[in-house]
Amino acid sequence: MALNVTDLRVYYRTLRGEVKALDGVTFSVADGEIMGLAGESGSGKSTLAKSLIRLDGRMRHVGGTVELDGAAMPLSDDDAMDEFRFRKVSLIPQYSMSALNPTRKIGRMVGELLDSRGERPDRAELERRLELVGLSKDVLDRYPIELSGGMKQRVVMVVSTLLNPSLLIADEVTSALDVSSQKAVATTLLGFRDRGLVTSMMVVTHDISLVYQIADSIMVMYAGRLAEKAPADVLVTAPRHPYTQQLVSALPEVGVRYEDRRLAGIPGSPPSLLKPPGGCRFRDRCPLAFDQCAEQPPFAEVAPGHLVACWKAE
Amino acid sequence: MRYEALHFALRNRKLVAGTVVILVFLVAGLAGPLMFDHGPNDYVGPPMAAPSGEFWFGTTTFGQDVFAQFLYGLRATFLVGVLGGVLAAAVGMVVGFVAGYRGGWVDELLTMLTNIVLVLPALVVLLIVNAYLGVRSIGVQALFIGLTSWPWAARAIRAQTFSLRSRDFVDLARLSGVRTPRIILREIAPNMSSYLFLTFILLFGSAILIAASLDFIGLGPTEGVSLGLMLNNAARWSALQLGLWWWFIPPGAGITAIVGALYVMNVGLDEVFNPKLREM
Amino acid sequence: MLKLDGVSKVYRVGAFGGRELKAVSDVSFEVGEGEVVSLIGESGSGKSTLGRMILRLASVSGGTITLDGRDITSIKDRKEYYRQVQGVFQDPFSCYNPVFRADRVFAMIKEQYFPRAGADEWRKRVEGALESVRLDPGNVLGKYPHQLSGGQLQRMLIARAVLLDIRLLVADEIISMLDASTRIDVLNLLADLRARGLGILFVTHDLSLGNYVSDRTVVLRHGKIVEMGRTDLVFGSPAHPYTRSLLASVPRLHAKWTDAEMTDAVEDVPCAYHEAPQESRTRPGLAEIDSDHYVACADKEKA
Repeated sequence: MALNVTDLRVYYRTLRGEVKALDGVTFSVADGEIMGLAGESGSGKSTLAKSLIRLDGRMRHVGGTVELDGAAMPLSDDDAMDEFRFRKVSLIPQYSMSALNPTRKIGRMVGELLDSRGERPDRAELERRLELVGLSKDVLDRYPIELSGGMKQRVVMVVSTLLNPSLLIADEVTSALDVSSQKAVATTLLGFRDRGLVTSMMVVTHDISLVYQIADSIMVMYAGRLAEKAPADVLVTAPRHPYTQQLVSALPEVGVRYEDRRLAGIPGSPPSLLKPPGGCRFRDRCPLAFDQCAEQPPFAEVAPGHLVACWKAE
Repeated sequence: MRYEALHFALRNRKLVAGTVVILVFLVAGLAGPLMFDHGPNDYVGPPMAAPSGEFWFGTTTFGQDVFAQFLYGLRATFLVGVLGGVLAAAVGMVVGFVAGYRGGWVDELLTMLTNIVLVLPALVVLLIVNAYLGVRSIGVQALFIGLTSWPWAARAIRAQTFSLRSRDFVDLARLSGVRTPRIILREIAPNMSSYLFLTFILLFGSAILIAASLDFIGLGPTEGVSLGLMLNNAARWSALQLGLWWWFIPPGAGITAIVGALYVMNVGLDEVFNPKLREM
Repeated sequence: MLKLDGVSKVYRVGAFGGRELKAVSDVSFEVGEGEVVSLIGESGSGKSTLGRMILRLASVSGGTITLDGRDITSIKDRKEYYRQVQGVFQDPFSCYNPVFRADRVFAMIKEQYFPRAGADEWRKRVEGALESVRLDPGNVLGKYPHQLSGGQLQRMLIARAVLLDIRLLVADEIISMLDASTRIDVLNLLADLRARGLGILFVTHDLSLGNYVSDRTVVLRHGKIVEMGRTDLVFGSPAHPYTRSLLASVPRLHAKWTDAEMTDAVEDVPCAYHEAPQESRTRPGLAEIDSDHYVACADKEKA
């Protein structure tokens, strides 16, 4: 198992109290697995991604453990986490475009970054990797401003996978891109795994149709908790959690026209995570809700590799 | 909206405290001088007397009543600060708003004008104009200060307006048929109200300081006193070395307290105007 | 109703406006009553610029935009124009002045258009408009923008447009910032408005959304129309290689990209524009290859 997360809780400190952004999630990502992490804004998917790299000042690790390749990650110890960052876990941020220092040439920046991790830059390997994502080695002698948004994105992708991390987290990397570049970036991610440059991957997105294209499995979050995790095909064709079911059926596809089939959204809105209600958090919006939902359902395996947090799923 | 702002304003300690301090000084400056039957520069007491029941703030080297000077000085200082600050803020806002909102050649022209005034050595110009015209009244002094100290305010307001102009709510107001001056006044200005107030405070403060400098080189009003004039007189006659602390501390503390209170008010106003800060 | 005829937009950039940047060139299409037209394009295609020109938020550099035959720039009274044509934009949070309550967008309409309406009467109208966009007035009135969700704010903006007797709504990427579970409801609202006889220009980069709601589709690239016509034709039998590659890139829920890769090999397909007979070239640069299905020449771009 590459990644094992057990009952992880991360809260945000705000002036009005603690927001329970990540409230007890347990899951694992296998070696070689590309897991899509889907959810709406406020579902906790970004908090989960950030927690595995760096807790920002407002985030507090309240409980739970994270194990990567058998070693426990010290989430709340920023210095000790340096051991893991970049080498074992790496992140492609959402705004890669601004992740590059504008005053440094790309090559020098990469060198400095490797230096700070005590690694020796391997120029030939770097050039080979750039070629892999369709960039020529000339970009190393250019400034970030001379590259297009898509090129910068690819540079960041190469840099963050340079040390062959065990886990790569891609945080909404395609959301700001056009349809055609989305496809290029997504297939590049797939290529990283297929060539063994990264062992497993977590692709955070709000776009289920996109992540379905490259992921082996998809995990859906709702209001700080896990709703469902299943192989990508199963999640899209036969979801078991009522939230996933409604979410998937609310997605318009090319070919679907509202005159033929009027899709419906999910009525209501997610609960506030300042003082979330007890029990299942989807209860208020759920058409299947019944008495037992006042109790939090476990995230239980209903079929091999298919986990659902719903009393009605079994 | 109005009522609500008032509601939060009255419950904001910073705003209330700042306002109280300013009001106390303002009332002191307006009503205080009525207490005396002598002028601020009259030689009424023994020289270099420490504060006492008769002369609350003591006397100067020449036997002038420091308390009387302080109260009269407050009046002059408020007048220069308010007139100069209001004028500079008004010019700065008009230039900044118009340049930032209209853009294009209007912007280029106004920016050029702003930069020209900005690089003019304002004090030198003031000196020349002042000496040449021989003007010696507080009003004219305030006018000069106001007309030379607006450029940086205009630049700051232009930049803010520029970024707010492209926000969608401005487009939405245009789609509602609202006219340009009203958009500037009702949509853009409220978003920078605390910023505008801060601008005014800084201009107010700098007007007081410029006035003090002018006073010092003998180009201030010949009659009367101001806090700046007091400070500079104290420095000129070595009050510090002679240990006459009562001569320079009141005017210095007065200027500091007024400007400081305005800053505190500004922070409070920010909380009143910004509904997000209100909830914290 | 709304007709664009050879519309272009040129930006002057550089020192003294020395260089020209053509954001939109020679675009012609129409939006009829009770019709939803999607304007589809990637970033930099000029689709938003077109929307802003129709809303008179940007000037027109060339060509004409007419509403019922009247050049919109000749309508001196902007208020009269905005009574008929309104817009909703991409970012609902940026459409509200953060200093004021969200329902101020309604107050602004009252102040400008219905100054004499009584308070009670106006309140009823606002509540009616909110209900027509499926919002509970009690939940949204009197709140500040940051207390409401993106979906609620966006619906309020549609309600605002409905308060006027508009005939055309320009919806510029109005759901791209909303969550998946609420975006479809906003999209359905557009369909409801269409049923009431409104013309809607739906500007989007998302092909599946455009396909879901629109009657006709215009595909833009680099400021030019590459293909347009009835939505079922444009999406069902795309003739221009650009449209085809766009369609092939769209992530679908039940088909993976690899399956769609086969239709990607479009380079050998002859140019539909040149294949079409001479007399079908009824519009400049476009050939009508089917009834209400126009395509631009693809060879020009290859060269």
